[in-house]
Amino acid sequence: MARPALSLRNVSKTWMPEGRSPVIALRDFDLDVAPGEFVVFLGPSGCGKSTLLYMIAGLEETTGGVIEQNGRVVTEPSAERGLIFQEASLFPWLTIADNVAFGLSIQGVLPQKRKEMAADILRSVGLGDMLDKKPDELSGGMRQRAACARALAMRPSVLMMDEPFAALDVQTRAKMQDFLLQIWRDSKASIILVTHSIDEAVSLADRVVVFTSRPGRVKTIVPIDLPRPRPTRDPRYHEYRDMFAELLADEVDRAFAEQETR
Amino acid sequence: MSIPVGSQDDKPAARVPTLSPGTRRMLASIGWSLVSLGLFAGMWEALWAIGAINPLLLPPPHMFFSDIARTLTFFDHKARMIGSQGGGSAIMGLLTTIGWTTFRVVAGLSIGFALGVLCGALIHYVRMFRNLVQPLILMLAPISPVAWLPVAIFVFGVGDVPAIFLVFVTVFFMIVLATVAQIASVPKNYLHVARIMGANERQTFWRVILPAILPSLFMTLRLNLFAAWMVVLIAESVGVGIGLGQITGMARATFNAKLVFFTMVIIGVLGFTFDWALRKIQQKMLWWVPPGQGAM
Ligand SMILES: Nc1ncnc2c1ncn2[C@@H]1O[C@H](COP(=O)(O)OP(=O)(O)OP(=O)(O)O)[C@@H](O)[C@H]1O
Ligand SMILES: [Mg+2]
Repeated sequence: MARPALSLRNVSKTWMPEGRSPVIALRDFDLDVAPGEFVVFLGPSGCGKSTLLYMIAGLEETTGGVIEQNGRVVTEPSAERGLIFQEASLFPWLTIADNVAFGLSIQGVLPQKRKEMAADILRSVGLGDMLDKKPDELSGGMRQRAACARALAMRPSVLMMDEPFAALDVQTRAKMQDFLLQIWRDSKASIILVTHSIDEAVSLADRVVVFTSRPGRVKTIVPIDLPRPRPTRDPRYHEYRDMFAELLADEVDRAFAEQETR
Repeated sequence: MSIPVGSQDDKPAARVPTLSPGTRRMLASIGWSLVSLGLFAGMWEALWAIGAINPLLLPPPHMFFSDIARTLTFFDHKARMIGSQGGGSAIMGLLTTIGWTTFRVVAGLSIGFALGVLCGALIHYVRMFRNLVQPLILMLAPISPVAWLPVAIFVFGVGDVPAIFLVFVTVFFMIVLATVAQIASVPKNYLHVARIMGANERQTFWRVILPAILPSLFMTLRLNLFAAWMVVLIAESVGVGIGLGQITGMARATFNAKLVFFTMVIIGVLGFTFDWALRKIQQKMLWWVPPGQGAM
């Protein structure tokens, strides 16, 4: 592999919630993400997937190990590493276009220029006629696309998404997956997607990183060796699905067993 | 209701030209306000008609409105001093009185709002300031404005300042506490987005936190507007010169029930008008908040 876009070495995180006992969310997590790679995080609930994304984004500090982007240690947030949440989190007081232009205006891009850039990006995500709409006038899927546009406007080299489609209905979800593949190809960014959906993982990923239950570590990394678009009728597709289902069931069982012995 | 057939975006057949929904909503709300008032006044009049209430103590609306010319003379400062009569200057007197009271309310409220938001922001951002000031504010907040009245007079003497100070004290603590609470409840993801986009603390405050809390700040302001109108009368009734509170004080001293109720009506109308104006400003400024949300 050429130099990784992102490299995690022994990354650990222990939460110290006030008045409660510490929670070891992640322990010695190792991972390299290649430039332009599509990685999916799959793991039982509470195993630290969101925590890891926040640390890669620079929003939370690690309590051990190092995160590097293109060889530089991550210490603070940067628009180089975009993050998209389950809720679109668009600012309700800005129009869609102004939301997308927000980061550009922070960077000091002039109003006329950033207006054009925002319009371009919104057109490319199919929201060309929504520029002057308020966020709450858009459907959930459209809002999530606008949130992608906002992140893409900063030309990130890594785009992270924390269960971005979990709140959407099944049809919209399928559309959004196509959409995601399209922006992935166009932007050439590496993508890290957190999901609970095994289907989503098999349909989208170059590699699927399966987490152990808490404390989260890499249980196994599975490259998906299927052409795109993924042949959902292919027996191999189903083999992958069954494999992930088993891996996850293992971890969930382990988590439950642990809770009972406590 | 017709059953929708065919494509979704069929425009409904052009209706008979009618009022726009906005106008209709406004007319309806005016209508209901009138009905609400009318019912209240009607009940009062009915109680009077069957002799259930003493018109000297609780004169029904038609009485204190019919005597308006005489009532108005009480508002005329010069007339009251010299004892002369004059319709034109009575109206002027009324307007001057309203003007002074309004000025005190607006001044106290504006200062209280500006300093309250500033103080709330400082409590949020400056730990030292928080440690020093927050306990004090929590201790002072429950003290009734009435208790501040003597303090205001000791410190500022009589005049406008103690009245403005009293309004200020009434609204200030609530606005500080509301600001602190609202800043703390700004969705974390908004702040995350701002940080990822590279916004510094200043930019985050002005461009994310402030707009995020503005709707609830406005609500706090509107609630405090009523408190301000209530308390300004107390301050004025102990003598700060011309003002509606002074009139009610005088009415109480002279057992003039008609004057009391007339003044109450004026205050009610003023408070209502101010709230309405604030609501209009709110709708203009907070264009993104859908009507009906945040009690617009
Ligand atoms: N801010 C925090 N303070 C304290 N503990 C936290 C905090 N955030 C997360 N945790 C704990 O860290 C662990 C991992 O949480 P995290 O949200 O990363 O899991 P997750 O894998 O994203 O789960 P899910 O799939 O349910 O979203 C959990 O036990 C959680 O309770
Ligand atoms: Mg999560």
